[in-house]
Amino acid sequence: MTAQKNRLGQGGRIDRTKPLRFTFDGKIYYGYQGDTLASALLANGVTLVGRSFKYHRPRGILSAGAEEPNALIQLGLGDRTEPNLRATQIELYDGLVAESQNRWPSLTTDFGAANSVIQKFIPSGFYYKTFMWPAKAWMFYEKFIRQAAGLGKGPTEQDPDRYDKLYASCDLLIIGAGPSGLATALAAGRTGARVILVDEQQELGGSLLSERTAEIDGKAAADWVAAAVAELTAMPDVTLLSRTVAWAYYDHNSVSLMERVTDHLGPVAGANQPRQRLWRVRAKEVILATGAIERPLVYSDNDRPGCMLASAARTYANRYGSMRGQRAVIMTNNDGAYRTALDLTDAGVTVFAVVDLRSNPQGELVKAARAKGIEIIAGHAITGVKGKLAVTGVDVMPLTADGKGVTSASRHIHCDLVLSSGGWQPTVHLHSQTRAKVVWSDDIQAFVPGDKLPGQNNRSIGGAHGVFRLADCLAEGHAAGSEGAAKLGFGGQSGQAPTVSDEPAEEALLPVWIVPSDKPVGQGGKHFVDYQNDVTAADVMLAHREGYRSVEHLKRYTTMGMATDQGKTSNVNALAIMAGLRNVEIPSVGTTTFRPPYTPVTLGTFSGIDKGDFLDPIRKTAMHQWHEQHGAVFECVGQWHRPYYYPKPGESMHDAVNREVKAARTGVTIVDATTLGKIDIQGPDAAWFLNMVYTNAWTKLEPGRCRYGLMLGEDGMVFDDGVTSRISENHFHMTTTTGGAPRVMSWLEEWHQCEWPDKKVYFTSVTEQWSVMALNGPLSRKLLEELTTDIPLDDDSFPFMSFKDGHLAGVPVRIFRISFTGELAFEVNCKPSHALHIWRALMQAGEKYDITPYGTEAMHVLRAEKGFIIVGQETDGTITPYDLGMGWIMAKSKTDFLGRRSLTREDTKRPDRKHLVGLLTDNPNEVLLEGGQIVAHVKDKPPMDMIGHVTSSYYSPNCNRSIALALVKNGRNRMGETVYLPYEGKVIPARITEPKFFDLEGKRING
Amino acid sequence: MKQRYSIFSLVRNALNYHADWQEAWRSPDPKPAYDVIIIGGGGHGLATAYYLAKEHGITNVAILEKGWIGGGNTGRNTTIVRSNYLWDESAHLYEHALKLWEGLSQDLNYNVMFSQRGIMNLAHTVHDMQALRRRVYAIQLNGIDSEILTPAQIKELVPMLDCSPNARYPIMGASFQRRGGTARHDAVAWGYARGADERGVDIIQNCEVTGFKIVNGTVQGVETTRGFIGAKKVGVVVAGHSGVIAGMAGFRLPLESHPLQALVSEPIKPILDTVVMSPQVHVYVSQSDKGELVLGAGIDAFNSYAQAGSPPIVENQLNALCDLFPAFSRLRMMRQWGGIVDTCPDASPIIGKTPVQNLFINCGWGTGGFKATPGSGNVFAHTIARGEPHPLAVPFALERFTTGYLIDEHGAAGVAH
Amino acid sequence: MFLITCPYCGARDEHEFGYGHEAHIVRPTPAEYEQMSDAEWAQYLFMRKNPKGVHFERWVHTKGCRRWFNVARHTVTHEILAVYEMGKPAPQIDTEKK
Repeated sequence: MTAQKNRLGQGGRIDRTKPLRFTFDGKIYYGYQGDTLASALLANGVTLVGRSFKYHRPRGILSAGAEEPNALIQLGLGDRTEPNLRATQIELYDGLVAESQNRWPSLTTDFGAANSVIQKFIPSGFYYKTFMWPAKAWMFYEKFIRQAAGLGKGPTEQDPDRYDKLYASCDLLIIGAGPSGLATALAAGRTGARVILVDEQQELGGSLLSERTAEIDGKAAADWVAAAVAELTAMPDVTLLSRTVAWAYYDHNSVSLMERVTDHLGPVAGANQPRQRLWRVRAKEVILATGAIERPLVYSDNDRPGCMLASAARTYANRYGSMRGQRAVIMTNNDGAYRTALDLTDAGVTVFAVVDLRSNPQGELVKAARAKGIEIIAGHAITGVKGKLAVTGVDVMPLTADGKGVTSASRHIHCDLVLSSGGWQPTVHLHSQTRAKVVWSDDIQAFVPGDKLPGQNNRSIGGAHGVFRLADCLAEGHAAGSEGAAKLGFGGQSGQAPTVSDEPAEEALLPVWIVPSDKPVGQGGKHFVDYQNDVTAADVMLAHREGYRSVEHLKRYTTMGMATDQGKTSNVNALAIMAGLRNVEIPSVGTTTFRPPYTPVTLGTFSGIDKGDFLDPIRKTAMHQWHEQHGAVFECVGQWHRPYYYPKPGESMHDAVNREVKAARTGVTIVDATTLGKIDIQGPDAAWFLNMVYTNAWTKLEPGRCRYGLMLGEDGMVFDDGVTSRISENHFHMTTTTGGAPRVMSWLEEWHQCEWPDKKVYFTSVTEQWSVMALNGPLSRKLLEELTTDIPLDDDSFPFMSFKDGHLAGVPVRIFRISFTGELAFEVNCKPSHALHIWRALMQAGEKYDITPYGTEAMHVLRAEKGFIIVGQETDGTITPYDLGMGWIMAKSKTDFLGRRSLTREDTKRPDRKHLVGLLTDNPNEVLLEGGQIVAHVKDKPPMDMIGHVTSSYYSPNCNRSIALALVKNGRNRMGETVYLPYEGKVIPARITEPKFFDLEGKRING
Repeated sequence: MKQRYSIFSLVRNALNYHADWQEAWRSPDPKPAYDVIIIGGGGHGLATAYYLAKEHGITNVAILEKGWIGGGNTGRNTTIVRSNYLWDESAHLYEHALKLWEGLSQDLNYNVMFSQRGIMNLAHTVHDMQALRRRVYAIQLNGIDSEILTPAQIKELVPMLDCSPNARYPIMGASFQRRGGTARHDAVAWGYARGADERGVDIIQNCEVTGFKIVNGTVQGVETTRGFIGAKKVGVVVAGHSGVIAGMAGFRLPLESHPLQALVSEPIKPILDTVVMSPQVHVYVSQSDKGELVLGAGIDAFNSYAQAGSPPIVENQLNALCDLFPAFSRLRMMRQWGGIVDTCPDASPIIGKTPVQNLFINCGWGTGGFKATPGSGNVFAHTIARGEPHPLAVPFALERFTTGYLIDEHGAAGVAH
Repeated sequence: MFLITCPYCGARDEHEFGYGHEAHIVRPTPAEYEQMSDAEWAQYLFMRKNPKGVHFERWVHTKGCRRWFNVARHTVTHEILAVYEMGKPAPQIDTEKK
């Protein structure tokens, strides 16, 4: 039942003792531990695995790695389903459920393939030329286009998995654990340097894992890898991270990694661990040993299922033993593909022929293949691939002398595997992400890393900079490791460089960017360049014809390189074809700048555990639990959760707030005011400093007294406000708005350190050091008297705008006699650890006075009744003190304070700016909506000229009517005028008044 | 005469293997002098040239682009179009643009895929709701569409949003502009280029301006990497590089250039049908026609010309996204990039004259330039052609930084878009 | 992500710092600003060098010692060329460096 028809009986790195059951499109298959989904599918003879984005062409597996454009899979079910995963990178686990994508109703019968029929009408950019009629019809067409696009399906339920995130630093970060990276790690690790070695694959070893014959230090490549990994594992300062992709290289040697912690175990087994982990690594030097990616040749119908990269077939044969019994034809422009021919033959694959685009290849590998009896058809090209859902054969034709065409005689070869190699492109992604340049190498016909960017410290080695011989890779790796460690001061021995016995020499490759066929490109089969996005050589030609010739225009017009593989197999081919059309050198078409990520990165890893309540801290006061227990409804104010109001059973918000507001003017009420920002200011120049940051004068404030202050930005606009008290000659206690606390603290520090550093003054944020509860109401004094023995509370000993230290309910407190309601009020400040005790004592003693706790809404109503502003509500960064009618707070005697000069600018000194006024609706029960816009004249319909807006609006039970504050153009000169608020389908008339509604004489402050 | 684009021309050309399509624009060598030179071949510059030719009959115009057209912020933004601005001055300017967007594909005979799928701005606190109402009512009274949605209405439009009251940032409501949406950014540049080219404008790519010739305070032309080119008037529309060009002409601007980062996910089947923005938690997201989620965040604080920002900004953005859309946590980022935005102290653009005679500037669009493209080009063309600012551009003159008459749109631009 | 060497704490990740924009902008004294035109005041308030190249700028170690200091940083490569204390003059750096 576990038959895998294409599986070799032995060999490879799979564990045949551990069969794994999986399904693909509902059908049950078996693979082995160590397989990828791709290798297991191939072992089962499954070649059709997906459909392309635009034409829905049947597609097979092209590669064996991160560059895979075709084999995209919907993995898993329900809330754990994931779209667009590359089968070549999915490790097989028992019970794996995979579905193909972008097809309906099934992979073999896909209605979307109708696009293939009309493909000649929908070349690149066709949508720019149509769908324009009738006007506005785009929304109609778009719906269908969206449905057709989009590949896999996103999950629709909450992600059940956990993610992790960590920061790390090291001496050498080595990216890629192939021969170069391993040699680097060994050399550096032996010196004692702190090394992190990462590789995206499940096993370290890179290309060595696909080697059949190579030997290093006299050992088979796989054995050398095992020994190297064992030695590295034993080193305490070396961290080995497999299943970890380095996906971004940011400034100053900061590299981001994504580790797949439990993906390979399947959804259940990993449930107690994070699924994936984001690493932010800062390295002293980064070694880029990322290898190279083979380029496919661009030939006619090169996308048929069964067309594969030559190196991928070698990997599947050698590493997974999953190509048995297949019949292959190989097309190449270089010697490397002959390794595939040799190894496949050894692995039980029939290699009918190597079609070499070169006219007379004579390299050592070529000779070895010939000696093995493999037919070499030199100077020929594959001109067509037969078979729709799977390859059935190829046509081969001789090339003309210039290599740009073919001559007539065609030969058909039956086969089910067509392998191609167009040379290798170094994986320069991370180098390029640093914004360093890449340069063209004529030798290998590929881009290689140029100079590193200033401020970065990295080095590309081995395949990543176009060095492909194993011996050279090992030597470079060893040198990078020993030199890198030595530069960082590690003097230990780095040991001997690994050595390789004779490697066959290779001849130069022949650049062939479009393999000709018997018809002009675009008129016969399709020469795919970008498989996933269905961009063909003809599309590149069309882009050229229409003027989209720079590399970025080419990409954007054709969508080449914009698919999930980001052009790993297509970019260079497309560039080269465009260069040919423009008759210029390849680099002058431009090089694309690679952007992070190298391969797609799960969004969930960015937050790690920082989600839900951990996403952003919630700040609670020491009395929070009491509020909760007493039914408070909470409001978010910045990070704070503050009681909004305290409804009694059956009460609406309106009822509760009215009750709270009334109590404040008739009895005694209490509010938790802890969230106010508090800054302790000390030093001989403290008063001088306050003079600079506040608009009013502070020098003469006596110790023990408090004063209200307004802060301006240097642009003259109101920035913050609060009461500041003089504790002693050189010691002040400043309060700020709740939201403004961090901003004000930074503001003070910035001006002190950057502009007036010689002033002796010190700032300490003490917001968290003091809990604050404010008692408001005529009975507040009476209540306090019961709980203190050492604080005299009468007006003479404890006047308004002063403070006293003493004890309340047996613990130390500082009480400020300040008021944000206009009532007799006391603000009790204490240590947070005492706060709940005092609060409870006040509630208990206050019971007989029917003490009423109130929340932020009642607080707002109470202050609005008195016309007190809230910065951020009555102001929005465009309002001056004069706009607020607060000219009284602008010290005439001071020559300087922040913002002073800006107030005399042409626009800021205009007398008809917006002014803060009151608004009274004609209907006393109509409460205006905050944010309501005001007009002087109502029109039938918009547009209407707006003259201001409502900043605050409430029902005032103390005034028995609604009240509102507003900013109105020239408002102070329009007292008594009726204005209108048109919104929500009605027009509400209101009269402009003074911005003050209750206790106009201010008599209540003394109870 | 350019070929018309239509379904019929597509079919006709298909029969000939698309071999007869014309260049969308020519690549001429620069002439010795022009009536008007536009520096900067982005959307705004191309639109300026297009409207100079189309509406003012000035066709002896060159656009000088140091790289390839549409390669700056035009090709790097998150393609959002809307006009829901607070202050009258901005609302009128952006609405002028939105109205042009509504007929742009037909005007240009180039499908810019303007998709009026609606723009939603979420409110998470009582204070947010107050600010949101203020904005919506102002927009409505300016005669522009905008409405307030309840959480239930939001959930219906965007089922993927976590609208539960226990969310870290609970959703209390949203403003919604149905006429807002997205457009295909590259197509805007190419469509304007094709239209301008058809009317005789020379589009000169790979031509970098290196200096100005200024005589008696009047501009005479520009020095470029392809030699001196004379001009009676010069318009500068170079976004992030405005400060550099202004420096060549000898004046300073109230601008800082910052990286603005964006990213897309892998493409998936349709899952999000409108644009969702949350200014408070710094995220905005839409789904492209290709299926990618297109995401943007706030700007990096530091000055930069690198087209690359720092990870913390993106991290914060994605954290907020996954909190608002808990199912998106399993999707993957496919590509991230940065643009260089020129930000003004009041988050509003500068359009108009400069201290140099006949040298005009259009800059400071910060994070919000794409949506303005047609309107910006239209009023700037008027300003250059007449030598006096278009009425809609008057409040956006450079002088406002002297008088203090700023147009503070930080609320609108609090999150980049 | 920048690695910024705080003169007081050493090298730390960028996310510990706050950015303070252009350095060496001196606030005019009251005697000076009383004489300034609105346009001159706007130069101080709003106009910035914004160079493409070496930028002298201020940073603050917000999540560390909370001290302000100056940095010379290249705005294209992001290379940090100097870190120096508040009040010190800008070091001589070839500001044309590309």
